[in-house]
Amino acid sequence: MWRLQLIRKPWRCFSTSAGVRRWFDSVGPAAKDPLQAVTEAFNSDPFPQKINLGLGAYRDEQGKPLVLQCVQQAEEKIRGCNLLDSVSAPVASATLVEECVKLVYGRSVNVVKEKRFAGVPALSGTGACRLFAEFQRNFFPESAIYLPDPTWTNHHNIWANAHVPVRTFHYYHPHLRGLDFAALIDDVKNAPDGSFFLLHPCAHNPTGIDPTEDQWSEISNLFKMKNHFPFFDMAYQGLATGDVDKDASSIRIFLEDGHLIGCAQSFTKTMGLFGHRTGCLSLLCADRDQAVRVKSQLQRIAGAIYGSPPVHGIVLLSTILGDQALKSIWFKEVKAMASRIQSMRAKLRERLELTGSSLNWEHITKQVGMFWFPGLTPEQVDRLAKEFHVYMTPDGRMSMAGVTTSNVRYLANAVHEVTKCR
Amino acid sequence: VTVAYNKDTSPNKLNLGVGAYRTEVKWDFIFRGLESCVDSFRFVSRVKEYLGITGLADFNKLSAKLILGADSPAIQDNRVTTVQCLSGTGSLRVGAEFLARHYHEQKTIYIPNPTWGNHPKIFNLAGLSVKTYRYYDPATKGLDFQGLLEDLGAAPSGAIVLLHACAHNPTGVDPTLEQWEQIRQLIRSKQLLPFFDSAYQGFASGSLDADAESVRMFVADGGECLAAQSYAKNMGLYGERVGALSIVCKAADVASRVESQLKLVIRPMYSNPPIHGASIVAAILKDSEMYQEWTVELKAMADRILSMRQQLFEALSARGTPGDWSHIIKQIGMFTFTGLNSEQVAFMTKEYHIYMTSDGRISMAGLSSRTVPHLADAIHAAVTRST
Repeated sequence: MWRLQLIRKPWRCFSTSAGVRRWFDSVGPAAKDPLQAVTEAFNSDPFPQKINLGLGAYRDEQGKPLVLQCVQQAEEKIRGCNLLDSVSAPVASATLVEECVKLVYGRSVNVVKEKRFAGVPALSGTGACRLFAEFQRNFFPESAIYLPDPTWTNHHNIWANAHVPVRTFHYYHPHLRGLDFAALIDDVKNAPDGSFFLLHPCAHNPTGIDPTEDQWSEISNLFKMKNHFPFFDMAYQGLATGDVDKDASSIRIFLEDGHLIGCAQSFTKTMGLFGHRTGCLSLLCADRDQAVRVKSQLQRIAGAIYGSPPVHGIVLLSTILGDQALKSIWFKEVKAMASRIQSMRAKLRERLELTGSSLNWEHITKQVGMFWFPGLTPEQVDRLAKEFHVYMTPDGRMSMAGVTTSNVRYLANAVHEVTKCR
Repeated sequence: VTVAYNKDTSPNKLNLGVGAYRTEVKWDFIFRGLESCVDSFRFVSRVKEYLGITGLADFNKLSAKLILGADSPAIQDNRVTTVQCLSGTGSLRVGAEFLARHYHEQKTIYIPNPTWGNHPKIFNLAGLSVKTYRYYDPATKGLDFQGLLEDLGAAPSGAIVLLHACAHNPTGVDPTLEQWEQIRQLIRSKQLLPFFDSAYQGFASGSLDADAESVRMFVADGGECLAAQSYAKNMGLYGERVGALSIVCKAADVASRVESQLKLVIRPMYSNPPIHGASIVAAILKDSEMYQEWTVELKAMADRILSMRQQLFEALSARGTPGDWSHIIKQIGMFTFTGLNSEQVAFMTKEYHIYMTSDGRISMAGLSSRTVPHLADAIHAAVTRST
């Protein structure tokens, strides 16, 4: 029997495992993703009134994730289509890019009409940013990226992994709980000419603090003088004010001022397309020829990372944006989501003021978008989790989308409890 | 190639350039079971939450079993970490970036010459330096085994080696099992780290297990390795970008640390992978009836390609085309490295409207019984015209 085994699987008997190298012993455990840690802590908490305000994902009045009507209808529409043939993807990709570009820059602006944009579907916002970061490293190897302080934590990782040095510029003023505009302008002035800046066009994550239109104009003018490159990460178009055009006004100010803009667009939160990883990266160019060349480079870089984004998400998004009726439904739905969040802000502020708190809670309704950034200390964040079973990211950012009429009073009381001794 | 093909108005035009499977009649393959599966997966879209960074857990477990074998001791010992990635490309890129970051030995990867055009691009951009090892022998149109052993033997200790698990792209030339055993011994004795690219499991021989033998051989000796899997071709899911990266480690705690580091590679790349395609694959792999159906269709695909190979070989023999064409039936998988030079290829395109890459590679899947004689005529004319 031993001989038979020898013949059948000879290699098993010649195991060299005794002398085989162990390559990965030195690999240390990575720090847990803070958001994942929050989610895990929340999931394992048995407290019935627990609240998860960590993930920036929309929830309805019952605290459930929402599948939008426009998405359901689009799925029905594409059902039965052969998505795996060789024609669907390129056509849908072209539609996706065209519609995304129109959505963010405006339908009838010259740069869109003259096709002076290099656009490719991307793996949602993260993928679009990473693709740009790789492009930046490739063609501007000496450049760094200026990120607002604070910003979405993954921005730092994205540019770092693309080997682009990261710098920060002032943004949030902790005492004002508002924009530190003077310091921001100073930093923009002091950066070397031709620097690359990442800007949140609306609903800044995590602070919810956006410049006013006048402030955006001033920033745009300064950028012109300094020849800086403005890269916008648009993740909340429609969710900030409920109006997609209003939410893009900062970008359109820059566009009117003649900047050649870069823009990452994500639809995960505004359309609930989380699992499909569908978004867009666009770079505005001097002319159509340049746009063709730049696009070819973006495709080349993407080709060495993942090839192309998944076709299902591409067809879904292009169907929704490319169909007037579906797009109108989406506009209504995103407005409804924004309205609910705004009403939760108002209720939360009202509830906090009713607690008799001596603190100023005005910023709750002044901040825009999904997140509330109250400027809590780490101890307060910890207490909220341990004593009150309210979970958020370690920087004290809370997702208003997780607030409902049934938990807003509890939340207000909890926040009052941990802040009242200040 | 595809652009030129699309522009050509000749009714006899033939596209043997692209590496996508074509059935006899339809021009695109969809595994029949997929259609009903895709339909039942509308419900997946109803829950649109993120997957975790490493993707669908079921999909990962099933993918590891598929490539390593359901009874793999490495899986039983929890020594394998598997992460869902975007097809083969994404799996290779994530693996390469992980190695570029955490692998303290040689950050050099040896790739076969020739190999898939995208391999050097992926590894370069991920931060590895790329060298080649001899693989294809144009004289025999087979494996340059001596050259391979010499080059890998001369590689510095700790270097990474890219191995095509089966159906080498573009040559279709695979080592025999005995040769694989020698390669394994050499790699282990030289302390090289194997990184498998498995894009054709089931497609090459028609047997999922046979096509994974090379990988399993390496895992069986207890050593570490990486394996990138693609479902683009064997499940016809090109567009959905479904794949997996498995890293086989020496111990369970190592695998767990490796997985934590893989997350740090993935999150700043695209945060988490797409849900749709992986859900479909998981559903097929875990349902014994659908899985059976799939293996039957895979065998049929592989058999059809084998039959095309046979028909082309016989057609060339019948025409008395000069040269030894036995490599057509010896090579395996979707591609045949014909041995035609770029001049001959250009001639075939111009005069016979046959489209293929200039290295003489043809996709056997692009052939049908109807078009084999046309191709044989073209090859015959190309080979005999200037001599």
